Order: sequence, then structure tokens, then C-alpha cells
Amino acid sequence: MLIRAADAAGIYIPRFCYHDKLSIAANCRMCLVEVENAPKPLPACATPVIDGMKVETQSELARAAQKSTMEFLLINHPLDCPICDQGGECELQDLAVGYGKDISRFSEGKRVVLDKNLGPLISTDMTRCIQCTRCVRFGQEIAGIMELGMVNRGEHSEIMTFMGQAVCSEISGNVIDLCPVGALTSKPFRFKARSWEMQDHPGIAVHDTVGSNTLVQTLRGEVLRVLPRQNEDINEEWLSDRDRFSYTANSSEQRLTTPMLKIDGEWKETDWQTALDNASSKLKKIVDEYGADSIGALASPTATLEEFSLLAKLMRGLGSHNMDYRLRQQDFRADGEMSAPLLGDSIASLEQAKAVLLIGSNIRKEQPLLATRLRKAIKNGAVVSAINCTEFDFAFPVQTNIAVSPSQLVATVARLAVIVASKEQASISDAVADIAESSAASEELEGLADSLIEAGSHGQIIVGSMATMDSNYSLLVALATIIAKLTESKTGRLEEGNAAGAWQASFLPFSDGKTSGKNANEMLNTALKACLLFNIEPSLDSLSGNAAVETLREAGMVIHIGSYRSEEIEDLAHIMLPLACVSESDGTHVNCEGSMQSWKAAVHPQGEARPGWKVLRVLANYLDLEGFDYTASETIRDEISSISKGTDSTEVYAPVLVEQNMLARIPNLSLYRVDCITRRSQPLQQTLDNPPAAAGMHPDTLAAKGIDDGSTVELTSGDRKIDISVYASSSIPLNCVLLPTAMQETAALGCANWLEVTSCA
Amino acid sequence: MKKAIYAIKSLFLIELWKGLSVTGKHLFQRKITVQYPEEKTPMSFRFRGLHALRRYPNGEERCIACKLCEAVCPALAITIDSEVRDDGSRRTTRYDIDLTKCIYCGFCEEACPVDAIVETRVFEYYGENEGDLYYTKDMLLANGDRMEESIASDRKQDAAYR
Repeated sequence: MLIRAADAAGIYIPRFCYHDKLSIAANCRMCLVEVENAPKPLPACATPVIDGMKVETQSELARAAQKSTMEFLLINHPLDCPICDQGGECELQDLAVGYGKDISRFSEGKRVVLDKNLGPLISTDMTRCIQCTRCVRFGQEIAGIMELGMVNRGEHSEIMTFMGQAVCSEISGNVIDLCPVGALTSKPFRFKARSWEMQDHPGIAVHDTVGSNTLVQTLRGEVLRVLPRQNEDINEEWLSDRDRFSYTANSSEQRLTTPMLKIDGEWKETDWQTALDNASSKLKKIVDEYGADSIGALASPTATLEEFSLLAKLMRGLGSHNMDYRLRQQDFRADGEMSAPLLGDSIASLEQAKAVLLIGSNIRKEQPLLATRLRKAIKNGAVVSAINCTEFDFAFPVQTNIAVSPSQLVATVARLAVIVASKEQASISDAVADIAESSAASEELEGLADSLIEAGSHGQIIVGSMATMDSNYSLLVALATIIAKLTESKTGRLEEGNAAGAWQASFLPFSDGKTSGKNANEMLNTALKACLLFNIEPSLDSLSGNAAVETLREAGMVIHIGSYRSEEIEDLAHIMLPLACVSESDGTHVNCEGSMQSWKAAVHPQGEARPGWKVLRVLANYLDLEGFDYTASETIRDEISSISKGTDSTEVYAPVLVEQNMLARIPNLSLYRVDCITRRSQPLQQTLDNPPAAAGMHPDTLAAKGIDDGSTVELTSGDRKIDISVYASSSIPLNCVLLPTAMQETAALGCANWLEVTSCA
Repeated sequence: MKKAIYAIKSLFLIELWKGLSVTGKHLFQRKITVQYPEEKTPMSFRFRGLHALRRYPNGEERCIACKLCEAVCPALAITIDSEVRDDGSRRTTRYDIDLTKCIYCGFCEEACPVDAIVETRVFEYYGENEGDLYYTKDMLLANGDRMEESIASDRKQDAAYR
């Protein structure tokens, strides 16, 4: 198109509706240019370039056309720039200066459009809308769900949601950036500051393994807004809502801002010196008394590479290998034999994939921006299939969307491996064939196998976060590796946050393939004498729930290094050390393609909080450990060797989950409850992606049990039980309960895989 | 010749009499000294003195927190924080002017789209302690309330030229 050619040549043509990443609508008419031999001006965004074409972008005719378009656009646009959040970064404002007239000839009444409620993230001033439909096209083409649409015609046309619903896409915040005027603006940022007065700081988002590039905007030492920073290799120019709005947790009321000591059951504020002195002397005492193996460290996957590295070095320095970040993993049998949690290829190359198989992954909610890549791949002709425990709505067309009970998940993947092997005329181990026994071959699986074989090296298998929580995780990874080997496709393991960083920093209970320490599960189920919690809340961040809290309570010493305090932490911990938030600390994130991306602190930490690497460095100094004389986070980073994917073992362990006469529990993690930061972001908590705790069951399961939809039931596992309301959903397999994790309401059940349900009525 | 003129001038003290004649002229002229503070000079309605924040006749504060005054202020004397007020409107939560920084250029008044921040004719104010000349939103609004009448009449006189 003309506009692209002009952009490439550095000639600016004014535009509103045209956007690089969106389809062409040509409805704003701002880009009219004069083309030789054309009777009328033509829109540059919708006019193809022809050889020998002569175009005038600044001729009298073109300027007149642009000026007239501007005049029409301004007819109904209110003159409220002083109170508009877009003021100063508004495309209409800029172009009105360049192409508008000095005075308006329009003296009739302006139209007024009612504001719509689009949920807690986007605020609307629809009178300002100029109907460019960028938001509509974004929903359709990038987010995959058409939530916004334009109704009516002419002067009556307006943008609205279907039936007054809120916008609930996980990447909906991008319409704020796309909107050329102030019709769609950020609700948490509303009226907080003007665009010209804030300082920009490049940052990296830590809540998923994409590592989106962000621009953290601050004013007077406070983070006020986070915007995407363009990086075509990673996040293009998008940002997920989780990464965009999680900064709101920085100013949470629960921020821990001073070091605190528990003295006789009472929390007392103290200074860093006393707190660290206390922590180090007690740790030393416990190591001397009970041995180094009696202490352990648990960290959140959102920690930075430097924090993982120093914590690992500190623990190893004390002689303990008990450290883990995989708090939501149940199955650690393949520890030491697994490859790093990487995609196996670059993020951008996902677009070129011909076949993608998702195993235990609701990728749209786990890694929102990888889902946009998959959506692109599908447009390029890829076939995406999924084997899950729930039939997720991926918002992109999925060829085969298999939902089976957790006890059948391994069998189904094993069956797929058997089918692939038979099609490739390769042998497969008896162990796999045995596991596949309980799953019947189906046309769906055959088709899936065909697509993977056809794609060959353009195939990609992704084992996602849902699989991580499965009790046969190591088996699923092994089977995925077997299938990948047979079809020559790539396997990727996607975990949460900076998991790859933890791997790179060896923050793991094993090194060089040898298990030498306790993993997260062991630490949370057998009492340690002392435990370091790094920015985690055990009942919510681990699958074990309240059981983890009970175990930790037995520990003589719990040191909480975290940004937030909660009742649970106050009850559990003995020392609380305040940690700086992501934007308050330097750090490095390793994403799922293995790129190390560092950022600098955008603001000073609140109160007495300090960046994690500084806290750990000084704690190590107090513990008299060697080699902790770092003065900059870069020095720590440069010491860490780069990450390599490694290979997964194909050892097939015996499946642990066998069919029982109970309901299988499917743990479901809301994308806005993954870590303690997102859990404290008010706007994210108010979205539809964070529904109140409720258990989902298939309508037939409910009918068989005689339970009404919406009623309250009691779920029991041994002596643990919870009361929870149920809802019917046919996307959940029979005899299963889809139960949210990381919620206080369900934490009491621990990591029970089988539940009994009784109606409370 | 030159020497002769110089000699005559020196002899008759011509220059001295010239100077004394000026003194004598002023001795008998009408005096223009203003006995401040009992007397005051006339003042332009465009005088730029102490700042004030105005309200609408219904009591609603005019300022909409557009921060244009803050942006235009060459001395960086204005600090504004804004937020959504409970009724959904855009309002300031903080509007501070550091009068020790202010250079009384009047740009803030020029920039204001709603005539909220104005410079009044008041120039007689002082601070006894450090920080006394740091005017906060409440103080500025009080100024506006106190002087609304003169502010309004001054703006009216100037309206034709704006």
C-alpha cells in the first residue's frame, strides 16, 4: 500500500485508522493523497503501489482533502483536551495542529455519545470517538474475540460491546494505546498525570515467560503507568493486561516497608542491621545445631535472575541444596533429567510453525502474547491442537481440542505417541504402549498425529503450566519428547514468570543432573528447621495450600523476604525483610527463548524496602560467606553463564494417577492470581478473569450426583474439606472438578487429586 | 579662544549655577513622592501579584487539573497532583505554588483554559518563616474567595484585549 511505501521512504502521511499490525479499513479518510491520473484524491492506506505511479502527498488537492477531512472529524469531537488523558499524546491533537483550520465553521450542536462500561481496566469517553475502528479490528484480529463493535450508521454510529458486556480479553489494554484519541483510556491511570511530565524507564515484564518489553512511566518517584515498548522479536508492540496493570500493586496497603521482627508473638519494626543480625545469627545457629540440610529456600518464579543466583549461592554457601521455585509442581521424578523451561525456538518463529500441540496448557491465559503468535501462525496456515483436562476457549480456531480427565491425560498423550510411532513405522517402548492401553484411538488423535508428522521440523509441542500441576508431569514431558523425536518437531516447556532465570541461575535442588537437595514438594511436606521465603505466600503460591503453611509453622525459623505482608505471613514468619518491587529494583529476566533482558530500577523502593540482590548480598555478608562483594547487579548477571535448553529424558515413569471412584480435581490457576504482585493489583482483581471461587463440573456429573447448578457443595479429601458453590460447564470432562487454586477458599484442600462431593442442601 | 571661555566659566561658577537652578526648580514644583503605605500609586488591572485559584459562582472550583500552568511555568514553581474525584470529574489533590521560585511572569494565567489560576493585584505579602511563601491549594482558593470581586472586574476590563 501507498502509506507503507511512503513510511519506508520517510514521507509522513497523516492517518487515524491505519495501523501496521491491523487490517486496512480506510474509513477515516485522513490519508487522502493526490495520485496522477486519478480523478479524485485516494486513501494512501488502501491504494496499492503501482509501477511508475506519481503521488503528491503535499499538493494543493491533497492538502485541501486532508484539511476538509480534519474539519469533518472535528465537527463532533469535543474541545475538552485539558481534561482528556490523551492530551499531549493524542494523534488527533497533533494532526489538528498540522492539518486543521484555525476556526470551526460548525455552529450546530455537537453529538453526545453515552459512555460505556468496559470493565475495570479501560475507561471510556465515547463522545471523543472518531470511529477509526482500530479497537474493533484489534479485538477481531489480534485478541481473537470480537468484544467491541460499531453499531448504527452515520452520525449515530458508536462503538460498544455486545449486550453491554465488559471487555474481558487478557490483552484488552492494548486498545488504550491503539485509540488515536481519548475515547479509550486507562482506568487505573485516569487523571493521574499528563504524558509530558512523566519520565520513561525501560523495563521488562516478569509475570510470564515472554518477558515483554515495557516502558515504565514515573512521576515524582511513583510508577503511574506501564506501556509496551516495541520489540518485534518478543512482544511486538503489545502488552498483556497482567503486565500492564500489575504496577498498581506497588502502592498496595499491604506493602512491607520496614524490616520487622517477631518478639514474643508481637511484630516490632526494626532497622536493617538488627533484622539481618538476627536472621544471620539464628540461621547460623540452626546450621550448627541441625546441619545445613535442615534449612531451605523457596522463591517466587517472578524473582530476578540476580536474586535467584544470590539465593542459590547463599544456600550452597551454607551447605544446603534445598531450594526451589516450582511450588506448583507435584511430580519431580524427572528432576535432573529435564531440559530447561524453554520454548526450544525463538518466540517469533512460532508464527512459522505448521503444527502446534498444546499439552496441559491454556496458553491464552498463561502466556497471553504467545497466544497472539499462535493466532498469527494459524493465519499462516498452521494447525493448532490441544490435549487438556478442560476444553479451553483459546480464542483461535483449534483443530483438535481434546479434554480428558487428569487420570486419562497421560494415556491420551501416550496413545498419540503410539499412533505417531505406527504411522512413522517406528518402534515404541512397551511402557508407553501399556500406558496408552486405557485410551482408545480416535479419529481426532489420528488427525493430530498426521498434522504433526506433516509439519516435521515446523512442528512445535508445548507443555504448559496446567501440565506442571499434573501429578504425571514428568511423564507428560517424556511423552512429548518421544512424540517430538518421532516427528522431528520441537518441544517446549513453559512455566511461570522467570522460571528460565531460576534454571539459568541453578536455583534448583539439583545440579549437573544430580539431585542433592529437597525440592519444593519435599520442603513443604517435611518440616525444615529454617526456611527462607522469597516473595511467596505458601498457601496461595503452592499447590499444597494450607498443608504447606502447617508444615512451615513447625519450622523454628521462617524468614520472609517479600514486598508484601499478609495475615498468613505474619502468623508464619519470624523475621520479615521488605523487598523492592519489580520496578523499584534492577534485574534480569530470562524468557522462554532464553534471552536475558535486564532493566534498571525506575523508582526508589518504598520506605526501607531494598532490592533483593542487595538484601541477599548483605545477608550473606552477615553470614560470613565468601564471594558476596557485589556492588552492582550487572556483576552478578555477568557471572551467570548463558542458558542452554538441554535435552529431556524419555524415561517413562509409571503413571501415579489411576482411576478412582471419586472426582478428579483439575487445578485451575487464574492468570491474575499467579503471584503475590498480581493478587494485590486491585484493577486486575476486579476483572472477569478473576471470578469468585467456584467449582466447575460437567452438567451430567452434577445430575448424577443430584446437585443443582449454583448450589453449595462440600468437597472432601480425607479429613480436609471446603464448602464451595458449583457451576455447570460442559467443557469440563465427566467426573472431574475444575477447582481454582491460589485462592484462600480452596487452599484447605491442599494438593488432593481426588475429591468427594456431597451436596450441602 | 577655548582657554578664554574656560577661564570665564570658572570665574563666574557658571556650571554651579546651572546645577543649582535645577535644584531650585524642583524646590518649588508640585511634589510626586507617594507616602506609602498611606498613599498608593495607581495600578493596572493587568498587575501580576499574588496568585489565587478561582471558583465558579456555584462554589465549584474552576481548576480541572490540566497541568498546563505547571508545564508552562518557567521557574518550575507549580506542583500539581490530580485524581478522579468521587463524582468522576478531574480535580487536583494538590496545587502548590512556591512563591520564592515564582517570577510573576503570568504565563500560568495565560495558559489556564478555565481562568482558574490568576494573579491578583496583591503584592503586599510576606513570609516570616521558611515555607511561609509556599502556597498550597487551600491558601490559593482562600485568596480567590477573598478577592473574587476585584479579580472578576479586572478580567472583565481585560476581556476585550484577550
